[in-house]
This record gives sequence, C-alpha cells and structure tokens, in this order.
Amino acid sequence: MRPEFLRIMAKPLAPSRLLPSGDSAITVEFSRNVDDAANQRVLALDRTLARDRIAGVTETVPTYRSLLVHYDPLVIGFDALSEKLAALAKLPVPPATITRRWRIPVAYGGEHGIDLEDVAKTLNATPDDIVARHVAGDYRVAMIGFTPGWSYLSGLEDSLQMPRLQNPRLLTPAGTISIGGVQAGVQCLAGPSGWHLLGRTAVRTYQLHRQPTFLLEPGDRVTFSVVDHKTFAEQDRAAAAGEIIAELMAS
Amino acid sequence: MSRLAVTSIGPASSVQDGGRPGSQRYGLVPSGAMDRLALAAANVLVGNPPFTAAIEIGPFGASLTARDGAVRVALSGARRNADIAKRPVAFDSSVTLADGESLTLGFARGGSFSYLAIEGGVQGESMFGSLAVNARAGLGSPYPRPLQAGDELRVADASGAAERRIDLASVADAPIRVLLGPQDDEFGDDMKKLFLDSEWKISATSDRMGYRLEGAVIRHLHGHNIVSDGTVNGSIQVPGNGSPIVLMRDRGTSGGYPKIATVISADFGRFAQIPAGRGFRFKAIGMAEAQEALRNFVKEIATLPDRLRDIESFDLNLEALQDANVAGSAISAVDAQTWQVPSPAETVTPD
Repeated sequence: MRPEFLRIMAKPLAPSRLLPSGDSAITVEFSRNVDDAANQRVLALDRTLARDRIAGVTETVPTYRSLLVHYDPLVIGFDALSEKLAALAKLPVPPATITRRWRIPVAYGGEHGIDLEDVAKTLNATPDDIVARHVAGDYRVAMIGFTPGWSYLSGLEDSLQMPRLQNPRLLTPAGTISIGGVQAGVQCLAGPSGWHLLGRTAVRTYQLHRQPTFLLEPGDRVTFSVVDHKTFAEQDRAAAAGEIIAELMAS
Repeated sequence: MSRLAVTSIGPASSVQDGGRPGSQRYGLVPSGAMDRLALAAANVLVGNPPFTAAIEIGPFGASLTARDGAVRVALSGARRNADIAKRPVAFDSSVTLADGESLTLGFARGGSFSYLAIEGGVQGESMFGSLAVNARAGLGSPYPRPLQAGDELRVADASGAAERRIDLASVADAPIRVLLGPQDDEFGDDMKKLFLDSEWKISATSDRMGYRLEGAVIRHLHGHNIVSDGTVNGSIQVPGNGSPIVLMRDRGTSGGYPKIATVISADFGRFAQIPAGRGFRFKAIGMAEAQEALRNFVKEIATLPDRLRDIESFDLNLEALQDANVAGSAISAVDAQTWQVPSPAETVTPD
C-alpha cells in the first residue's frame, strides 16, 4: 500500500452531496473546488460503478469534483439510487488497480504555441523555462469534457498557474496543448478556448475509424516530451493516417 | 433504391435520430432530435421504429424531390405550409411522393422544428449507434453536417402501404416544468423567485447547443465561475451576464457556470419548439412529479403505433386546408429570425 493511500485513509472523508440534475441524472459532488483528493474520489466512485453495475445507471461522467450519474428513472427511482450512491461515495478511495501512463510529444512555441512568449513574460521566465516546467510535470486526466477528447489534466505546477484570457479565442487549432488557471489541457478538435496556448501535439485523443476511438481515459497519467516542428509535421501525417503517436509507458 | 434530393433547405436542418448516448465521459454529447415525440410520430406513421433517423427541418423552408422511384414520407412537429405539386400535404399523416415529385415546405409556424420521416429510414453508416449529425465532432451520416441544397439521401422505395394518420394531443401552452438544481444554492431565494416568476423569451441567437433566454437578470451569490461540472439536456446555466442559457442536444458535456434548474425530460421537446420571441414561464415541480411525467411521456411514445388510423380522403384535405388557411400570408418574422447567428460565446467556451 502506498503512503499516499494511507494518508488519504487517515483523514475523515468530507461528506458528498447528491444533487438532482433533472429527472434522469444525479450529480455526486465531492468538492466545489479543483481538488486532487476530490478528483480521486470521483474516479474511485466511477471505477466502482463500472465494476459493480447498478441496474438503471446508463452512463457516468467524471469531472474534477463531481461524478454525473445518468440513469433511467423507469428502472430505478431518485431516492433508491441516491441511497446506493451515498453509500458507495462514503467508501475509502482504493488505489487504482491499473494506471496507464502516456507520453505525448509536443511542438512548443512559434506558430504552434502562440502564447508561449507572453506566458514567459508574465511569469518572468524564458520560454525555455516554461517548456522545461511544463514537460517536467506529471499529470493525471482529471476529466474529459466539453468537446470530444478535450482532456483536462491535474498536476500543473504552481509556478505555471495564471488566469485565463479575458477574451476567449473563437478558434484554436486541433491538438492544442494549453494551460488555464490551475489546469493543463490536451485539446483534440479545433475550437474556442480561453486558455494559454503553449504548443501542439499530433496525438488525436479522439479519432473516428481508429481503434481505440478515444485514446485517454479519466484517471490515466500523462507526461509530455518535446519535439521540433519538423517532427510534429511528420507525426501529424502519420496520426492522420490512424497512428496513435502517443507512447504507452510501463506504469 | 430511391433517392430524396434536397433542392433547397434552410440552415439548422440535419439528419437526427434518438442520438448516441454512452460516450459523454469522453466529451461526446449524444445529440439527436430536439423534439423526440414529433420524431417518433413521424416515424411511426411510415412504419419505422420511433427513433429512426429522419430529417429535422429548422425554422426555414425546404424542398425535396423523389428520384429513381417513389418515396413514402410523413411530417410531424412544427406546422408549416406543405405541398406536393400544389396539392396541400397534411401533418401527422403519411403521403407518397411519386418519382420526380417535390415536397415543398414553408417557414415553421408556432414551433421551430418539423420532422420528415422516410419509410425505411435514412440510409447511412451508423457511428456509435446513430446517424445523428454532430458537426463539431465530425459525426452524422450520410453527411456529417447540416443538410445543403444538392445533397441526396438514399432511401427505400415506397412500399405502397395504405397511408395513415394519427391524432396527437395539441401541445399545451402550459409553463415549462423544471427541477431546481444542481447548483440552485449558488442563487439567493430572491433570484430563484425571480427566475420562476419572470416571463422569458428565447433569443434569436440560439441553436442546437443552447437557447439563450431574455427576460430578468439573475445574479449569483458567489460569482459566476464554478469548477466545471457535467451537463444534461435542459440544464439551465447562468453565465456572468445573468441571462440564462438552456443547454440543448448539442451542448458541451461539461460546463463551468452554475445551473439554477433543469427542464424536465417530458417537457424538453415542447421547450425546444418554443419560437424565438414568444413569452413563456417556468414552473418548479418535485422529483416524483417529474419522473411520473417522464413515465407518461415514454408511454405516449410506446403507444403511438396503436393510435394510427386509416386515412379517409376528406380527412386529408380538411386537415391540409386548415393548415394552409391558418398560415395565410402572415409568416412570423420572429420565427424566421431564429438560428441565424452563431452560438453565443458562453455556450461554446471551455472553462
């Protein structure tokens, strides 16, 4: 058993709140904040529900601080499901049995990371420092949401945390690697974003007609590596043809 | 095999079905028809299972032509002028287009979306168990985008089955029922009361992702940023400007604004059909009532096939003429303005 696990067990668990999200979903809220311990509990409850299925539960959506449980009220009612979820949410967080670790190559700066210089200036550092700090991070997929494959990571080091843009950009490129607030992100599809763009990866976390269609799972570990822009271009062609590009490391 | 060729079609028209639930944990929203009851009624009329892929037609007009054979179709949902070679076509009835004939549809009246079901369904490649268009995710078949003039759908040849009609209960003009939460505690009692007591209108800057509401300004107790949290169809989130946004079928799967309430499942389609600019109200109910309403809604869809009737020729003409007369020349400009403007930033920004 890891010391981290013992530490979590020793602390009494804050009670969860069960909130109705309409008539066919319940939000199990562990915290109101971005909170690593809460996210561990979210992912633990998610694993439990995947293993010990409750009749009527149709799908679960983990986020940083809550688990959204969709259900069919024709199979199980709100009160019965709330009772079961409340009991499961009280259980101590078991260590994840299998943790996958991915290494994702990133081309930083220049046209692929248009905010790198500004981020460096704001944080009184050089662009190389920023890249070094971002690459040194050991991240966990806290949730995937908003659009397909948009992976929100926890584990951003304190010195890289800065407020999001006042005016979000309406279009940012596919594969954008960015930071925003206390979060780091791997964005899959082109789309709007208010985060700071550090670089791009060729890795598609969502790609139709590829097995698997979705690469990352909530709870996976992620590290980044630096590639030059020429390598990015080669990897991007290979990824378009269906290669996964991200390396699966021994965990 | 016949084809249905799109001669002209307005924006916000796409192939939709029951959607693709099951991958929201990867950020993939289920999408699917805005008004499931209307989709189901149109499908049942042509002998399809209720959530077969059909054409969801937005507030503007359209014209579709049968090619290489006859095509049997049925219209349900928002009323509009409809004719085949100047012969009026009734809603909630099946009808067959002979090879080469065109179905011409006007602007929607008193609603936003009509459903054109095709006997045998739209042919396409199912992705995650659905043909529903989700342009953002590159999903949908045969085209992963809204329909355009020049598109062609492969469809079955008309079977020649007798035409059918169905009597649907007229849509109640009752308040839209909501359950408070999940973040109603981010709002004071005065604001919850204001939300429930106000008359609201759907803004013209609305789309399949979200409907913006105009009316009161709802203030938060602790600011408008919460840590991102899962969303459902009908989540009513309140961004910083205090104007609520109701999340619709193409919503983001997570969002970072407090959600004051959620439209109940049974009223979602009725809400989706409210035209921009028309006043309506919300009403808070309890969980037991919401789930009872859902059971009744599911039962209504399940019993649609039992309510089909044979068509008498005078039925058809009366109904169609009535529809045509109601229309007159006074097309609501407000209806027609909906869905022209891209999504408001609040519904499309990650947090």
